[in-house]
Amino acid sequence: MIRLQTEDLDIGALLNQFCLGRTDIGGVVSFTGLARHEDGQVTGLELEAYPGFTEIWIEELVLTAGQRFSLLDALIVHRTGLIAPSQAIVFVACAARHRRQAFEGADFLMDHLKSQAPFWKKQHGPGGTHWIEPRSIDYQDLDRWKVSPGGANK
Amino acid sequence: MAKVLLFGPLRDLAGWRERDFDGVADLASLMAQLDPELALAVNGPGVQVAVDKAIVRGHALLGPRSEVAFLPPMSGG
Repeated sequence: MIRLQTEDLDIGALLNQFCLGRTDIGGVVSFTGLARHEDGQVTGLELEAYPGFTEIWIEELVLTAGQRFSLLDALIVHRTGLIAPSQAIVFVACAARHRRQAFEGADFLMDHLKSQAPFWKKQHGPGGTHWIEPRSIDYQDLDRWKVSPGGANK
Repeated sequence: MAKVLLFGPLRDLAGWRERDFDGVADLASLMAQLDPELALAVNGPGVQVAVDKAIVRGHALLGPRSEVAFLPPMSGG
């Protein structure tokens, strides 16, 4: 399941709800991305999505991850709009029968969200605003998931 | 008529988020109607184009209610 929302995320509630009553899963791995303050250089982030496109793109990504890592469930909740330092930008949770699949599933989803998902991120600070593009390390992280030609890499 | 959507830095560059363009039968004729600075930017590295919420590459026909989105390099998470 995926959701975009402008409201602050309640990480504990999201994780509890995700795990509640599940008797089929052996492990859940979650990742929470937070907005940094950067010693006062960042007063906030502004996240923009393309409604109706971003959700479908993430749903396809989740399907790919689900098949590749045999996930039993996955949840992505992503903020849009203005985000204050210390608030969560994204929450990802993956459930699987065994821990390795859950770890890899969450890792895969985050690497693709960072540099491929249809979001645009503007940083606000004392000196003004600027758009943030993926760093070279983000693309290197993504390359880790590339498979041989003809494979199912997204 | 096609609806054009701009995201991220392209929106700031153009000064608008959404605009209708008349008489555009395909992507090339739409490009020709864009402000030259914006046309240059949407042809820049890493900018993808979506027509009716599907990524297209190169030529694309536009219908009377097509939605064209220019998507600069993305960053989530």
